[in-house]
Amino acid sequence: MMTQLLLFNVTNGLIIGAFYVLMALGLSLILNLSNVINFAHGGFLVIGGYIAYALAPYVGFWGALLLAPPLTAIIGLAVERVLIRPLYGRDPLYSLLLTFGLAFMIEDGTRFIFGPQGKPFAIPPFLAQPLSNDLFFITGYRLFMVAVVVIAIALLFLLLRYTRLGIRIRAGTLDLETVAALGINVRMLRSLNFAVGIFLAGLSGVLAAGQLGLEPTMGTGLLMPSFIAIIVGGIGSLPGTLAGGLLIGVASGVTAVFFPAASEAVIYVLMAVILLARPRGLFGEEGMLT
Amino acid sequence: MSAEQSRKLIVLVAIWSALLFAPYWMAPLGGYTALATRVLVLGLAAMSLNFLLGFTGVLSFGHAAWFGLGAYGAGLSLKYLALSTPLAVLCGILLGGLCGAILGLLIVRRRGVYFAMVTIAFGQVFYYIAFQWSSLTGGDDGLRGFARQPIDLGFFKLDILTNANVFYYFVLFCFALAIGAMGYILRSPFGRTMIAIRENERRARFLGIPIERHIWIAFSLSCFFMGFAGALYALVNNFADPRGLHYSQSGDFVMMAVMGGMRSFWGPLLGATVFVVLQDYLSSVTVNWMSFVGLLFVLVVLFFPRGLLGFFRRSKA
Repeated sequence: MMTQLLLFNVTNGLIIGAFYVLMALGLSLILNLSNVINFAHGGFLVIGGYIAYALAPYVGFWGALLLAPPLTAIIGLAVERVLIRPLYGRDPLYSLLLTFGLAFMIEDGTRFIFGPQGKPFAIPPFLAQPLSNDLFFITGYRLFMVAVVVIAIALLFLLLRYTRLGIRIRAGTLDLETVAALGINVRMLRSLNFAVGIFLAGLSGVLAAGQLGLEPTMGTGLLMPSFIAIIVGGIGSLPGTLAGGLLIGVASGVTAVFFPAASEAVIYVLMAVILLARPRGLFGEEGMLT
Repeated sequence: MSAEQSRKLIVLVAIWSALLFAPYWMAPLGGYTALATRVLVLGLAAMSLNFLLGFTGVLSFGHAAWFGLGAYGAGLSLKYLALSTPLAVLCGILLGGLCGAILGLLIVRRRGVYFAMVTIAFGQVFYYIAFQWSSLTGGDDGLRGFARQPIDLGFFKLDILTNANVFYYFVLFCFALAIGAMGYILRSPFGRTMIAIRENERRARFLGIPIERHIWIAFSLSCFFMGFAGALYALVNNFADPRGLHYSQSGDFVMMAVMGGMRSFWGPLLGATVFVVLQDYLSSVTVNWMSFVGLLFVLVVLFFPRGLLGFFRRSKA
């Protein structure tokens, strides 16, 4: 029974961790290239979820899953173009404050349009079944979510590794000035990079909607753990973000077995310990932090 | 006396007389004394944050933690230790300041956005503690069951509990003490060094200034001031709220500092005044006040990045 409980919570932790990773990778992309902490990232998750909710009656679950993330990314592009682009090169304080205000507006706007109550988001019935009686907690949807997250992350890493855009993004993270000097359109690069990050937020929104239903505040709860995933994994390192997200997800899942009240606090303790032992985070490179 | 000096003197006299007579001129304008007291306390908090943000150039986005700790320190002291207002204020200052100083050691090596991220994350630690430790802090409902106590001066008793005006002047006195200390520090060689770090960290380092130590001291001092403001806030409300520690509260403080003008000493007080009055008004006329506050953030960043004072100064120049 104990092992089953433990397994249950580790699985839970991994699934939550997968969400953290998806959010944190998007945040991390934007942070690394543009030096912008996107406080509105949780807001874009909400937008993704509600777009899927609005589309689902017409295009079904699968259509919504396919359409909502790119639509969110397009909204992200517009926001970047109008609001965030004027702030590049200024004190990072300003982009922080702006996205902070934007997060307020998105949350309140969603409440205004869709109402404050939670909304259910139907998933195909065959995905809602548990796989077996012993492992009742592993529903098809959870496996499906994890599979989607894994595919998304794999595609992201392939994009960064092998495509021209990805190589430019990585180069820009290291030295944007040189990239600009080589004649690459840095504005465009930042916009596309922002859109990729927001796409991931939108995707997490749709997946989260199927698991937990929709609420205007659903993004805020995921934002802080994503920050911590980035800090723990090492700022500037995407594999670090990936490891950090899974680590804090599992840590909070396991703590939930033994000391439920501390399951959220434990990720902060973990962060403090890691920063004490290794100030640049697990995979961070020397010099990225200062 | 040069024109510049006399101009400064006139501004100072104007600010202090406005503060001294606030209970008398606010009422006819539709305000109330408690609103003035809140402006003063939040203004002190914004100025404490700006001590770090505007004068050392270090972006802390988790300062609400020290503010909230100050509030809980004062509340817990009144509830469990002794019925004494000065002791409560002292406990608040110490709790906020010491926690800030200790965590500051972990934080000060980082810069820019990374400093902001780590301060946000550490600030949230205290939010979760206040939220989860219900037996001590009252959890989500906040800490209740305490009230500020009249202050016995021996020959005279200050009834700050029931008389709103007396309480306002008590807060004004504390405010004056705190910002007096702040002004004194900023004029000292240490304060000048802070500004040197803000202007050009690398050059300051080459001059042999121990940057990390200076930033840590500035951070800690700012946390003590923040704890002071938090303790006063608990006395204002007779209540300490976990949301006072949340990062969204930190965002409000940063906003007040930026909206008023980060580069000036009094700017954050102006920002706090506008912010508090606006929020008070908006939340009374619309349930969607959050959108308007968010819109305010966006507009200030895009159109008034130097704050109201910076805007006036530039348009005059």
